[in-house]
Amino acid sequence: MSDRAQRMLFGEFFFGLRDAGVRVGLSEWMALMQALAEGVVRPDLSDFYHVARALLVKHEAAFDLYDQVFAAVFADGAMPTGLADELLAWLEDPKPPPMLSPEELALLESLPLDKLRELFEQRLEEQDERHDGGNRWIGTGGTSPFGHGGKNPAGVRVGGGGGGRSAVQVASERRFRDYRNDRILDTRDMAVALKKLRRLTRHEGEPELDVDESIDETSRNAGELSLIFRPPRRNEARVLLLMDVGGSMDPYAHLVERLFSAASGLNHWRKFEAFAFHNCPYEKLYSSMWGGEGVPTADVLRDRPPETFLIMVGDASMAPSELTSKHGAIDYYHRNETPGLVWLHRLRSRFRRAVWLNPMPEAWWRGYSIELIASVFPMFPLSLEGLERAMDALVKGRTPDVPDLDPRLMGGFHLGGS
Amino acid sequence: MTKREEHTATWQGTDDYIASDDLRRIVDVAVRLARPILIKGEPGTGKTLLARSVAAGLGMPLLTWHVKSTTKAKDGLYVYDTVQRLYDSRFQDHDVSDIRQYIRLGPLGESFAAKERVVLLIDEIDKADMEFPNDLLHELDQMSFTIPETGDTVTATRRPVVIITSNSEKELPDAFLRRAVFHYIAFPDRALMAEIVAVHFPDLGHDLLEAALTAFFRLRGVDGLRKRPSTSELIDWIGALVATGVDPERLRTELPFLGTLLKREQDLQVVLRQRAR
Repeated sequence: MSDRAQRMLFGEFFFGLRDAGVRVGLSEWMALMQALAEGVVRPDLSDFYHVARALLVKHEAAFDLYDQVFAAVFADGAMPTGLADELLAWLEDPKPPPMLSPEELALLESLPLDKLRELFEQRLEEQDERHDGGNRWIGTGGTSPFGHGGKNPAGVRVGGGGGGRSAVQVASERRFRDYRNDRILDTRDMAVALKKLRRLTRHEGEPELDVDESIDETSRNAGELSLIFRPPRRNEARVLLLMDVGGSMDPYAHLVERLFSAASGLNHWRKFEAFAFHNCPYEKLYSSMWGGEGVPTADVLRDRPPETFLIMVGDASMAPSELTSKHGAIDYYHRNETPGLVWLHRLRSRFRRAVWLNPMPEAWWRGYSIELIASVFPMFPLSLEGLERAMDALVKGRTPDVPDLDPRLMGGFHLGGS
Repeated sequence: MTKREEHTATWQGTDDYIASDDLRRIVDVAVRLARPILIKGEPGTGKTLLARSVAAGLGMPLLTWHVKSTTKAKDGLYVYDTVQRLYDSRFQDHDVSDIRQYIRLGPLGESFAAKERVVLLIDEIDKADMEFPNDLLHELDQMSFTIPETGDTVTATRRPVVIITSNSEKELPDAFLRRAVFHYIAFPDRALMAEIVAVHFPDLGHDLLEAALTAFFRLRGVDGLRKRPSTSELIDWIGALVATGVDPERLRTELPFLGTLLKREQDLQVVLRQRAR
């Protein structure tokens, strides 16, 4: 295999995968190179398809992207997002790969690439004889990695066994389309941040051995063993998540869903509850993101203990009247007797540890409704860093006291009794 | 780069476990590259059975480590029974200065210490704490660990074949994933499912098999099911059909023992409503 061929396989396939959003790192790539060099991969494209997938792709949600990139590189399918200009430029004038960190570059250099390449070429040459031609490892128009020497070495078909379809056909079928969820791994990052929310207390239950106390007590007993047991520590935190699912949140739906699935899958708190609202919570909250039963907000305010951590999620962007006016709710049939801002203020007053997560980038936080809400809730961006800051604020109890509402904001609405 | 194990045998699936071609290849590749295999898939697609079959097929003993929510990575290596030692220290019948007798190897430790090559199944790794897989990285890479209490080092003489299953309850850490060979057990297609059923019911009549599979895949296609029936439910259902001698023709119009296929009340309602239409 020529340098160019190597470059094309590396460039097109590796960067094609990375470009498409499959998180392939160099160590995965080198594992594939090792497999090729050691002859673990059978000289047939179908086997390469399966082995490369097992080594490069570590989540079934990315299988569909893999299929698309595979079809694009080894046949004439289209790249899922089109080849980035960056990649094309790199192929023209190959310098050290632009997307690699210095650590990754060092790793690349430390590997005996020449040796691997030699062995790899040898394997590929063996393919000539064994296969009967007619498939398209080799892309048309001489663009293929392996097309030097004026002859298509591949034309690889599935060897023996089941199916008898080519890998490209398999890849083009895109059987894993349904497994896509585009929430690859990031729920984990969120879960790590959310895990910080804890309130440890001693609780009844199977007692645990207190080692320090046991040692002290045994010493005091002149070596006569004395074991001290204590009730276990447990996370008593309760978390209440209220999410805006209104229309302007659509672009962020995946982000909010990710947060929701991270929080609900955590199984870390004493109690986790989530409700939805449209733009602003009024007298009712909805039990699921897709509507569902309504729960009176007043019940939530009354029944959830005040030490509950409250996490609000929303873009806080709406017509000011939705916050300040009676009957201001965006839903035409919804006639709220109490302005949304008052409801927000009640929530914030009940739950002293509360934050607002805004999925919009901080730079876009302009507008009266955002200003109003930020005066009631400490607002953080729904980025990883913002989430971490928010969790810190919740745990350390640094959320400032809520100021009283200025009745003038609500033009005539009487706050009395709230 | 990982040490390469000499190639022993190739796993082909066993009589009681039907593996798809690509799964067979992945196992083979992982064994030869000496990397752990991470298996994911819908519940009931035979993730746990796979390890048993690989062990049987390769002729190696199987060690199983069932991970629970409270499992710590160190539990898999060894447990130092300090409480027993404390108790023993009260009487003179044990030499408590010999710590070794209070060290018990966990499943991972045993797989290293074994004289022959073994298959180690780490079952449902996602049940444990999020950092659990990371805590195992070093040991799985180096295939060795040290017991600080005794200063002993346990090193694998024969690198075990490590099979890890996950139900995707939690996402696994990147560093862990990078080292693993990943396989997702896709739900079996009709032909493979027929083979799987044949393993469990070798004498099943052709008509009943066809009728049951048709009904089963139609049921799986119903929109709005919370938990779609999987292989193990199908096997139970066919068992019930066989035991009661249901006529294959009947399956065209009705689904007896629906409760064996659908375990949730809501799902039953969804299906019944659709059929009423």
